[in-house]
Amino acid sequence: MKRSKRTNSSASSKRSRPKRQTTAELCSLQRLMAAAVMRPLTAKQRMRTEWMDDTPTKKVAASFIKPNKRLTSFERLEIYNRQYWFRVQECIYEDYPGVRAVLGEKRFQNLTIAYLANHPSTSFTLRNLGRYLSEFIAAEPKWTGDEIELSRQMAQLEWAHIEAFDNEARTPITPADLQGKDAGSLRLKLQPHIVLLELDWRLDDYLIALRENSRMRREASNAMESFITHDRTQTIRPPKRKPVCLAVHRYNNVVYYKRLKPGQYALLSALHHGDSLAEALGQITPKQASQVGVWFQDWAVLGWFSRR
Amino acid sequence: MPANRFNGFTDYGIGIGLRIPHYQHILSQKPTVDWFEIISENFMVDGGRPLELLDKILEQYRVVQHGVSMYFGSTDPLNREHLKKLKRLVKQTKTPWLSDHLCWGSVDGRYTHDLLPMPYTFAAAKLTARKIRETRDFLEVPIAVENVSSYAEFHVSEMTEWEFLNEVVERADCGILLDVNNIYVSSFNHGFDPFEYLNSIPAARVAQIHIAGHSKYRKYILDTHDHAVIDPVWQLYARAIERAGPTATLLEWDAHIPSFDEVHNEALKANQFIRQLQAVPA
Repeated sequence: MKRSKRTNSSASSKRSRPKRQTTAELCSLQRLMAAAVMRPLTAKQRMRTEWMDDTPTKKVAASFIKPNKRLTSFERLEIYNRQYWFRVQECIYEDYPGVRAVLGEKRFQNLTIAYLANHPSTSFTLRNLGRYLSEFIAAEPKWTGDEIELSRQMAQLEWAHIEAFDNEARTPITPADLQGKDAGSLRLKLQPHIVLLELDWRLDDYLIALRENSRMRREASNAMESFITHDRTQTIRPPKRKPVCLAVHRYNNVVYYKRLKPGQYALLSALHHGDSLAEALGQITPKQASQVGVWFQDWAVLGWFSRR
Repeated sequence: MPANRFNGFTDYGIGIGLRIPHYQHILSQKPTVDWFEIISENFMVDGGRPLELLDKILEQYRVVQHGVSMYFGSTDPLNREHLKKLKRLVKQTKTPWLSDHLCWGSVDGRYTHDLLPMPYTFAAAKLTARKIRETRDFLEVPIAVENVSSYAEFHVSEMTEWEFLNEVVERADCGILLDVNNIYVSSFNHGFDPFEYLNSIPAARVAQIHIAGHSKYRKYILDTHDHAVIDPVWQLYARAIERAGPTATLLEWDAHIPSFDEVHNEALKANQFIRQLQAVPA
């Protein structure tokens, strides 16, 4: 079918109205700006002068951002690029004082830049920013020098602390809930705020000592970052290499690192993985089994098992 | 304070942001404060101390929720999990209105955690307004959008920032959280007349006003919320209430936070301007 020829008037009206942005173009613009904003800074904390394809970044910036009398397009974009990195690095800095202390400032900084470049936030809250740090350390050990396993386990403990701090506490089960239940089919759920860890170092003591003098985690806000000034990493005696099992949990809204005996850890881990009570009891020795009643009394007081 | 449908027909006065360094003072001294603004994201958790603290605050104070990550202007669809958590908090706080920013900050599910400026285009206004309406319908609470401080402008923009704000709020039929400090910051960064901005907004839609301090550098101003409010911002505040009437006002102070009393007294300076306005014969 032939398309009708445009009239002069419609052509003229088309000329007088500038082309309007489409939603697809809006999306492309946001992708471009986000890529620029989230791109790692140089060692001097400035925006990179070369784009991913080696085009000068100033040319890329000028393609979508207006300059003004005082700032070039590059400089205006750089404000956002720097703010992004100040914000996310500050968040990891505050949430992982233990990893920082283990690695030292410089290696920690390099690790966090590499981590954040590989794992940008996929959550509306900065609380979840470090969720994959321990996995990243295992996957890319080059960032942690000789302290791969120590820093990985410390990252695990510090993430567990975050989980224990504000995860849900469900209604605990009571002895009445268990009456008449068959151990062969009874499955006990651990509270969502409990994280079980098996560590090669006594990192609980180490982290407690570190946190005694450190700041609380910052709140979210809509303020821009001033230039960051940090307290120097504290000098704490290195963690003692001795295996320890922990339950990181919350009681009366305070986070605790409760040490577990190997049998307790085995039993709780089995329950946590969905084993029935009878199956979980099969994970421990007869000697350990003789103490199970006392263990469960303690855990019941702490409200560790939930109804769903 | 004028009540309107955008602030839930409430009559709130001068409030301040609820911040960690002041918790102990607030809970132990129980100071008289008209209302507190909370950052929603700080309390969108499943348990623990944040919610315990919020319960204690709610026993004694009126609380209004302010968000930093809804990103109405992002082309990403609304995050349903985010909305569900937000609704749970709305039910807990009974916030009479809820605010977030007229900005974007995530794309393809990746979050910058920044308030990135919008290109002022009709496509962006239409998309943003749709997402505001969807959010309001889901949360069942009036929404007010806040103008942000910005440091960049786009070639593709088809209108001024205030025209864009008008376009969005008319399409969404929502309120405005008018941040007069942000107008000042952006007017310096982009070289426009802040009073032209103020005189162009639909005053009847102003649900709340923000005031704050900022940091001035050689070539630009950053919205750092770490200082007292400067006189030119107070002058903008005076004009804002002249147009919108004495409206629920909140001081933001988020970094280098001084004592509770210093922050509260800074916020209460707004009363001088309200009294001056009320002293002028109609």
